[in-house]
Amino acid sequence: MEKSESSESLGSKLSSSRQASIDSLSSSSTSRSDRSFHLRSNTCKSPELRVLGDSNNWADLEEPQLLPNESLKETVKDVTYICPFMGMIRGTLTVTNYRLFFKRVEKDSAFVLDVPLGVISRIEKAGGALSRGEVSYVLVCKDIRNLKFAHKQDTQGRTSVFETVMKLAFPVSHNLQVFAYEYGQIYPENGWKVYDPSAEYKRMGLPNESWRMTRINEHYELCDTYPVMLLVPANIPDEDLKRVATFRAKNRIPVLSWIHPESQATVVRCSQPMVGANGKRSKDDEKYLQAIMDANAQSHKLFIFDARPSVNAVANKTKGGGFESEDAYQNAELVFLDIHNIHVMRESLRKLKEVVYPNIEESHWLSNLESTHWLEHIKLILAGALRIADKVESGKTSVVIHCSDGWDRTAQLTSLAMLMLDGHYRTVRGFQVLIEKEWLTFGHRFQMRIGHGDKNHSDADRSPVFLQFIDCVWQLTRQFPAAFEFNEFFLITILDHLYSCLFGTFLCNSEQQRIKEGLQKKTVSLWSYINSHLEEFLNPLYVNYSHHVLYPVVSMRHLELWVGYYIRWNPRMRLQEPIHHCYKELLLKRAELKKKVEELQRELISRSASSSSERAASPTRSVTPVQTFV
Amino acid sequence: MLSLGSGGGKAAKPSFISYVTPEEIKIKDGEISRKQKQPDLQPGEVIFCSAYPVLKCEGPQRGVYGTLCCTNFKISFISEESLSEETAPPLSNKLLGENDIALSCVDQIYGVRDEKKKLIIGGQVKNKYPPKLLIYCKDFRVFQFCLSYAKEEEAKKIFQGIVHHSLEPKSLKCAFAFSYCEEVLSPEVSKKIPATVMFESKDNWKLELNRTRSSCKVAHVNENYVVSERLPQYFAVPFAVSDEDIRKFKGQGVPLWCWSHSNGSALFKMSALPNVQDDGTSQVYQMFVDRMTNAVCQNQMYPVKTQDFSSGFLPLADLQQSYNKFKQFFLIDNTAEFWLSDVKWFSSIENTGWLEKIQECLNKATEIVLSLEEENSCVLMIEDCSDLCCLFSSLVQVMLDPYYRTTPGFQSLIQKEWVVGGHSFLDRCNHLYQKEKESQSPLFLLFLECVWQLLQQHAPAFQFSETYLTVVSDSVHIPLFSTFLFNSQHQRDTATKLEYPDSQRHSLMIPSVWDWSLQFDWKVQALFTNPLYVEKPKQDKALRKPYRPKHQRQFSLPNSSSKPSPRKSFFKEETDNLKKMLSGMRIGKWINATEMQLSATRQFYESWQRKPLDYHGLILPCLDGPAIKIWLQRYLRWIPEAQIFGGGSVLTMKKVSDLAAEIEDLKNEMEKMAHNMHAGNTKKLFFSSFHAPTRLSSSFPFASLRTWSTRPVIPTSIVQSLGSVSNLAEKEDEDTEGVEVF
Repeated sequence: MEKSESSESLGSKLSSSRQASIDSLSSSSTSRSDRSFHLRSNTCKSPELRVLGDSNNWADLEEPQLLPNESLKETVKDVTYICPFMGMIRGTLTVTNYRLFFKRVEKDSAFVLDVPLGVISRIEKAGGALSRGEVSYVLVCKDIRNLKFAHKQDTQGRTSVFETVMKLAFPVSHNLQVFAYEYGQIYPENGWKVYDPSAEYKRMGLPNESWRMTRINEHYELCDTYPVMLLVPANIPDEDLKRVATFRAKNRIPVLSWIHPESQATVVRCSQPMVGANGKRSKDDEKYLQAIMDANAQSHKLFIFDARPSVNAVANKTKGGGFESEDAYQNAELVFLDIHNIHVMRESLRKLKEVVYPNIEESHWLSNLESTHWLEHIKLILAGALRIADKVESGKTSVVIHCSDGWDRTAQLTSLAMLMLDGHYRTVRGFQVLIEKEWLTFGHRFQMRIGHGDKNHSDADRSPVFLQFIDCVWQLTRQFPAAFEFNEFFLITILDHLYSCLFGTFLCNSEQQRIKEGLQKKTVSLWSYINSHLEEFLNPLYVNYSHHVLYPVVSMRHLELWVGYYIRWNPRMRLQEPIHHCYKELLLKRAELKKKVEELQRELISRSASSSSERAASPTRSVTPVQTFV
Repeated sequence: MLSLGSGGGKAAKPSFISYVTPEEIKIKDGEISRKQKQPDLQPGEVIFCSAYPVLKCEGPQRGVYGTLCCTNFKISFISEESLSEETAPPLSNKLLGENDIALSCVDQIYGVRDEKKKLIIGGQVKNKYPPKLLIYCKDFRVFQFCLSYAKEEEAKKIFQGIVHHSLEPKSLKCAFAFSYCEEVLSPEVSKKIPATVMFESKDNWKLELNRTRSSCKVAHVNENYVVSERLPQYFAVPFAVSDEDIRKFKGQGVPLWCWSHSNGSALFKMSALPNVQDDGTSQVYQMFVDRMTNAVCQNQMYPVKTQDFSSGFLPLADLQQSYNKFKQFFLIDNTAEFWLSDVKWFSSIENTGWLEKIQECLNKATEIVLSLEEENSCVLMIEDCSDLCCLFSSLVQVMLDPYYRTTPGFQSLIQKEWVVGGHSFLDRCNHLYQKEKESQSPLFLLFLECVWQLLQQHAPAFQFSETYLTVVSDSVHIPLFSTFLFNSQHQRDTATKLEYPDSQRHSLMIPSVWDWSLQFDWKVQALFTNPLYVEKPKQDKALRKPYRPKHQRQFSLPNSSSKPSPRKSFFKEETDNLKKMLSGMRIGKWINATEMQLSATRQFYESWQRKPLDYHGLILPCLDGPAIKIWLQRYLRWIPEAQIFGGGSVLTMKKVSDLAAEIEDLKNEMEKMAHNMHAGNTKKLFFSSFHAPTRLSSSFPFASLRTWSTRPVIPTSIVQSLGSVSNLAEKEDEDTEGVEVF
């Protein structure tokens, strides 16, 4: 009952609550029953610090409003939050099985900190020998911030509240489940239905005479990190696929990701070939790649893009891997894209955090930024995707993309190239499909790379691969402000829920694991939430020109650090982006005027039927619709 | 037959970048005369020399043949191919075409021989000429002309002519404006721009004093420049300053009024009195200055703050040096260079120091705004009352007074503070190409740069667009406008006085740059309007939904006055312990940051940020590193590699404009119907009224889309500099488990 009631209120309250979260939180429009408020609290651009005016409910609340199945675990008074921007704030700390909630004591100036436990990467006791018997803890977060708290040591020797947090924040390490399994919100939209592989392939006109759908992986026997549904060249029988699989790392055979609607050039993904130090060859693999090339009658060439730097590709030979030799694969050209591995990327993000959080040094901003190499990596990934898109679009040539295992850099490259090539993926739902398809079903190891609920923060498998992808998408939206249906807030929301563990979307490592865990039944999809609040995530400037291929300029001159994400905790850097608001207001104004004009017209017509009839025709003509163009 | 060779008469071998082989240009002699075309000449313009055929290279493997000529106004290339409507640049200038370079717009010329670039220095040109000429312009266009197909004699002449007229010193009277005005007897100038206040008359100053409710008065003691040639004929001074005071030191030491704040404080500028050793004189000086200071703070309980810029703050030579380094990154003539400079882009830009100068400048202006807001009158002081005084007084007014953020207001401000205010445009821009370049400094550009930063941070507060600012910055280098041509009003009046006045006129009327119709069609001028500008609401409060983008969203920062002390005391007690415990945690920086003493401007910005934002009130810039950006439109517009086809922020502006125009249409329609009659023309112009190409690029409206390519620009020479993390780079990729299985 409770659920249905709140879900209803979500639908109806949509527009007013949006106002509340984005424009001014002092707005009184948010009702207590509005559950979405909590969601926004961790998705909102400024969740940490905000004004809650007198009329706002939050000012009166000691505790957070709980989500369905969220339960209070502990409440501690007299905790100090040591804010790097505002100094010390005394308040009450509440811990639930989902979040950490801190509220300032003083009534007049409300301050709320609402952090999902999932974003916490590690908790460190900052020393026990503080004066006045205080203990302090640092919560290092995955979303580029650190939270520091201090509170009096309990004289009775009870454990600190942060010991509790430590247990709750890392449920997996304590053989517990993340909160997503308990969260039972019902949304009008079911996000689990967003991606239907056969419908998506059908959209691309597949299967066709050159490409067939195989069920060989129905029980994940061919490859346990691939999805059930795979598209392979029509003339390669399933038996051959098995032999190809033995020659590809983790059995990740080349399969189709995207096909050009006109030229039939395809984007194909796989893992590295198991060439090894002795230069092993596989006739089946060679034949298979030839078949991929033959499926596209327009070109007599095939481009193989190896995402790695050539040095790393060569080094992989000693471990059994390697790359396709051009001798063995005739008509194929191998290109290395020089994108570095997950460890380099992790280190780069660590440096970036050092540079931007909590404060930006007064001088040398640009060289500090450069020393992190973060944008350099972004540039290389975008450049790689651009080369792929160019080969497919301009060269009408099919491409095969792999890195080592084909689930990190490969996913970045295929999904970005597809985003440049196909306008469908630039819509809200299309983008969700893209993530579901290229990232989730093709086995990007989210659990490993993010480490949901796992206390082992120094795990070498963690890496911001997906964050980089979203950053690249943001760079594209900057260069093509009208080409994407979604806005920046949409991208930030995805990243926030990548860590929050509120939704099941980014849990587990592969489709097989997700099925086994029954995620679709036990958890809510992030897309359920987003698609039920679509209004908030739309780009008002969007023009649907799906047939245009986007070629970004991948020069540092046009790449920018995503301040709205990486530096969003810094109040000084909260610059306004008024254009969207301005545009929305203009849209409203236009609608209002149109209505008035129509009313006046009707009035005129009724007043004098004879003379006004000709005049009534003119206004509609003079009002030209917004021109669509690129 | 046509001589194809350069000096030696040999066919041009692939020098520099070869675009066309000589075989491709077999032109019969008869054709030459037929195809040779004349440039469009302005009144008073004469051709000095010309050469044909000259190849203008446009990117790799492409070029057009035509005539290259040099006049007393410009270097002009007239293409054989007639320009079709579609390929013409959207922002077409009536005075200068796409392939015209005003002589004073030439920045550097290089000769290219055997793939080697050599800087050409005026006055050192010998009989030889390079087969290829590279002209870098001050508005960042780069031209490549290949001279090896033209007749030797013509090629030599054109080369020497171009170098002579653009790189060698000349006299003021040689500026094209004079030849132009000799011809144009009664130019319809100045009168046509009533909205811009020129500050050349007493009334202008009176109105301005009234507008700001100032208690100062207009001084006319300098009529006919009897007191000082540096000062304008009319200016405003505090009420207590007598004419005698102004005469005493020829206007030096006298506070000249700039602007009055509604709180009663005011901004002044003052020429510093010279430093003297003699005790007696210095005492006299001191007494005078004290009296003048008293005159400033007459009605005030607050002290007057003086900003003395004589002490080496932002030295002019440093500015010039820094800008010279900076601009070099945007004068790019080939793709390889583009990608090469992309590698260490951020640190290269930082090393030029130009962005830092902008930051310093905005910071200083914020400081001055702060004292004015605190009701302290401010006196800006420098020897000669020019340069930095102009820069800061105008910048401060842009930040404080919304009127100066409208187009007429902004133009009036430039008149008041820079043109009439006596900025030495002639020397600072080095229009006459004087050898001693010490006086050259990009001060006015720095002002425009600062305004651009404010514009990109607070777009709805400005009536004009960034295109407008870019066009203003370009117009500085067109030697036709009195606005940017002289060192002072006195110099202008002397230079334009006719030796033999006739019945019709006593002096030449050199047009003002603010008469934009001289350069641009009204349709093009629509691009100067900022569609995001929020006009000051008049009565209809009900209609206006206040958009409060950020300050309402601000969090509760405690009052700045009470904040620092508790924080400091906390850290005094506990820093040591905290440091100890954090030493191993890589977040030591944190502590330093909190400890860091916030500067006054920082605190001022933060407290301003907390207040509701009013686009018709004070605006302040965010000065943190990521907020200071490169003026991409100005600097990247001509670089083909940097053009985003079908993208760029111009797209957003275009969409907003379209919508705004549509709303305007609807409003008119309503008017019409309400009054049952035809309403007048639409008042506002946006770029939708302007014939825009169907696909825009980020370089719109500057570069034409002739360079449109269907292929993307693929970066080359991606050199990574990941030395420090090489151990990580070598680490096994992605999977750390089971690597040895195979």
